[in-house]
Amino acid sequence: MDSAAESRAETAPVTLRDGREDDLPAVIALDARVTGLEKERYWRELYSRRGKELPFLVAEIAGPDGAARLAGFSIGEVRAWEFGSPPCGWVFALTVDPELRLGGIGSRLMDAIAERFREAGVKRMRTMLARDNHLLMAFFRSHGMMAGPYIELEKELD
Amino acid sequence: MRLQTATRIALYATLELAGNPENQITASAIAEKYGISINHLAKVMRDLGRAGVVESVRGAGGGFRFAGNAKRTTLMDVIQIFENVRGNARAPAREPGEATPAGQALRQVLDEIDAITEATLRSITLDTMFKLIQRQRQDAAGPAPG
Ligand SMILES: CC(C)(COP(=O)(O)OP(=O)(O)OC[C@H]1O[C@@H](n2cnc3c(N)ncnc32)[C@H](O)[C@@H]1OP(=O)(O)O)[C@@H](O)C(=O)NCCC(=O)NCCS
Repeated sequence: MDSAAESRAETAPVTLRDGREDDLPAVIALDARVTGLEKERYWRELYSRRGKELPFLVAEIAGPDGAARLAGFSIGEVRAWEFGSPPCGWVFALTVDPELRLGGIGSRLMDAIAERFREAGVKRMRTMLARDNHLLMAFFRSHGMMAGPYIELEKELD
Repeated sequence: MRLQTATRIALYATLELAGNPENQITASAIAEKYGISINHLAKVMRDLGRAGVVESVRGAGGGFRFAGNAKRTTLMDVIQIFENVRGNARAPAREPGEATPAGQALRQVLDEIDAITEATLRSITLDTMFKLIQRQRQDAAGPAPG
């Protein structure tokens, strides 16, 4: 209930498009800023497999100097039959620049990746996130996502 | 998971008020709609008022109004006014046998369940609830033609 402390993103026009190789440094940097981990190889490997079944989308906004800069990105993949699940679109990441949040950019990325999954012929999308990431969970839930029939289990290998 | 009656009443009242931000609504209208006792509701409304979730409106008709932001107020924000959702997680052992290895193992399992409950309640805003309520209404109305 701290809406007063939140700032609305400025309303410069935001464009969504397919990610390009020259977006990767900014994507890797934004991901590192938000998660605290730089995963250069991970991003380059995902990028090399991008396509109809592996949508990689970026949102960009005109900066003060007029040059476009990265505002956010989303990436996902259609996977089939893993964990016994019929084909389904997985959202691997959906991130908006912290300074540009609450302006609807996250929702546009979400709608766009859902559209790509639809075009790829799947009827369901899914994601996995840290249980204590309440912000991201509230966002996904605001888009109608709910807990599905799977649960994640893990153990320490010793 | 079960909610205490007061918590359930508080959620209904909060959803009712937050879903009608333009109108002030009387306690008796809420009581009637949800089939709950006016006395019980009056006490719940006092608690919600003290917590700053609702405010009472003086003057003609009286009634209540939601005082928060429906997109930022979560189910947990309301529930924790009335009950201790993760009450046992950090408290010292007080159930019988809790200090034993079996008690500790049981605690670990129950904590796993509590953590999922907490994540769910903290991530569902009133605004998200309105969407779920809307879907229930549509389901009740039957499938759309065609
Ligand atoms: C979650 C995130 C993508 C949202 O991006 P955004 O551009 O701010 O989202 P939007 O403006 O489209 O918000 C859409 C809805 O999400 C919900 N939401 C967004 N921020 C919220 C917040 N702080 N609290 C509660 N709900 C929130 C609201 O329902 C909001 O609707 P509204 O704009 O009508 O209020 C962004 O905050 C983010 O990148 N967070 C970090 C993600 C992360 O942790 N990534 C690491 C793992 S991949």
